[in-house]
Amino acid sequence: MNTVISPVPALGPALPEIVLAIASLGLVLLGAIRGDGAKRLIDWIAILALVVAGFILLEGQGRVSTFNDAFVVDGFARAMKTLTIIGSIAAILMSSRFLTELKIARFEYTVLILLSTIGMMMMCSANELISLYLGVELQSLALYVVAAIHRDDAKSSEAGLKYFVLGALSSGMLLYGMSLVYGFTGSVTFPTIAKAVTGGHGSGVMIGLVFIVAGLAFKMSVVPFHMWTPDVYEGAPTPVAAFFATAPKMAAVAMTTRILIDAFLPIVKDWQPIIAFAAIASMVLGAFAAIAQSNIKRLMAYSSIGNMGYALVGLAAGTVQGVEGVVIFMTTYLAMTLGVFAVILAMQTGGKRVETVADLAGASRTSPALAFVMAALMFSLIGIPPLAGFFGKFYVFAAAIEAKLFVLAVIGIVASVVSAFYYLRLVKVMYFDAPAPAFQVAPLEIRGVMYAAAAFVIVFAVIANPIRTMAAAAAKSLF
Amino acid sequence: MNVITLFFYLFSGVLIASAVMVVSSRNPVHAVLFLILAFVNAAGLFLLMGAEFLAMILIVVYVGAVAVLFLFVVMMLDVDFAELRQGFLQYLPIGAVISAIFFIELALVVGTWQLAPEALALRKAAAAAPVDAMNARALGRVLYTEYVYFFQAAGLILLVAMIGAIVLTLRERHGVRRQDVMRQNARGKADAMSVVTVQPGQGVTVQGVKRKDAAGQEV
Repeated sequence: MNTVISPVPALGPALPEIVLAIASLGLVLLGAIRGDGAKRLIDWIAILALVVAGFILLEGQGRVSTFNDAFVVDGFARAMKTLTIIGSIAAILMSSRFLTELKIARFEYTVLILLSTIGMMMMCSANELISLYLGVELQSLALYVVAAIHRDDAKSSEAGLKYFVLGALSSGMLLYGMSLVYGFTGSVTFPTIAKAVTGGHGSGVMIGLVFIVAGLAFKMSVVPFHMWTPDVYEGAPTPVAAFFATAPKMAAVAMTTRILIDAFLPIVKDWQPIIAFAAIASMVLGAFAAIAQSNIKRLMAYSSIGNMGYALVGLAAGTVQGVEGVVIFMTTYLAMTLGVFAVILAMQTGGKRVETVADLAGASRTSPALAFVMAALMFSLIGIPPLAGFFGKFYVFAAAIEAKLFVLAVIGIVASVVSAFYYLRLVKVMYFDAPAPAFQVAPLEIRGVMYAAAAFVIVFAVIANPIRTMAAAAAKSLF
Repeated sequence: MNVITLFFYLFSGVLIASAVMVVSSRNPVHAVLFLILAFVNAAGLFLLMGAEFLAMILIVVYVGAVAVLFLFVVMMLDVDFAELRQGFLQYLPIGAVISAIFFIELALVVGTWQLAPEALALRKAAAAAPVDAMNARALGRVLYTEYVYFFQAAGLILLVAMIGAIVLTLRERHGVRRQDVMRQNARGKADAMSVVTVQPGQGVTVQGVKRKDAAGQEV
């Protein structure tokens, strides 16, 4: 019998994902045998696996693809995957003591973070609709569970359930849009879709595109699909919220950029208004809604909505400079967000965790280092030069202006000024208010993340050039 | 009318009839049983099309797992369907209006449906079914080569679902006596019995049985 067996696809490009998959399978076994007592060991093995995956990833050169072009690794994918991996490492590092305190230190948490990281890396590499969807689902399913990991806490369960129901809805929209695009272009791979939509397309593609963007907007928590964000951030345990605000955002922005640039660049005029609208709405809502927040986690949720808006400004430009701006912006956003969440995790008085703005009062006297880090991060989030946040915003706005999207850039800058109010309020509370009870000394890993983020934010001006070169190379690989 | 046509109408007739019964039967257990009948008949239709693998999977997965799960849920959760149906008539007018609109829209869509001339050619151009292989082999040949990435990714997603279900629902209960075969086997005569010399006319006082609990304490 002459059976024709297709050759085994090249596994090299997907090696980082394979390493993580094997690690997570091994850790499930280890956890099942040794129980939750092995949590620390499992944490360290997971971090090691992530670091190894990161190094393998950065070893690669140029654009490689495998699995019939369903999975592609280029400069852009490498940059975004590296950011994702950093976010995941920080999430595991910062969680272990916190979860132990809440008596919810379960080894499955680490395994789920690993598995969702695989999903995110698949999203960064997806070069067709099916692999994109599978990556999204792998990522989201793990995130739903992680949100509800504190299952005896009503707020955490609520966060998980809310995220799950809305996430399922957005997956449905994403799939519906994909089916329309597939139906009208006859293909699921991005290059073929790009070829099919070049020079005129039916309204079916347009409707499909709108649905896809709606689904992606949910994953990025961009207005008008942001409703879940504040509740989920507030309800989920703080390290989980820190994870949600960083790694999944990197992956979501990466896949949105790739699908819009790789598959729909020929009809950039059609999706530009959608992205511009989402960007404006997010920036404005992020700026105004955060003003009234007293809980720092909720405040950070609105801040992240606003920041996603800034990222979309770069994407709306639809140019190499725009994507370059997005990569730089996401890098600075990752560092700032991780830093702020590390500060929130360090806020602990008398064995009790606190997370309101008032608890920060007078921190400059009781814990000066923490107050200094927080102030640096806040100034960076506003976008004051020479801190990192300035460069992030500068490149996305510059790209928007170059693409003649003046309204977008102006509204972005106005929103940025408005948001300065609540960032500065935190600084004012820390430096000028009567001291609240002092914080305990934070654990080493929390302080590590805090200081690393602050250092990155402060010295960014010095390393801006190499980072810009890398971001430019990453952006060029998409076009 | 050949045998295949006969069976086609038999399967489809029973399928539609049992689908109607699923919706209309008052007893939810009956509804689930009719659902199983519908699945089996759908599997029969798959068999007629030559998709024997799908037919068997339909029975194994849908009848063996999904329908039985439904049955468990229906029998364990005491859902009072009579109560749920109360007020059903109240919503009839608005429901009727909405379904009328829906039907008109459907009629408009179907009525003005036009097939692209190239569409039929596309259908013919689809890959020919492999003649030398059975369903399972043909599926396996592409699943493990061409679509191995999707296949493995789907596997990881199912793993996440499994871990998630366990994390969110499994509770370690303390104070539960479980069978511990190791301890049972390791138990010697000395632990289990004590030989007492009984003096005539005095009887025995019960000394109690010594055994160890999970923590190794004697109770």
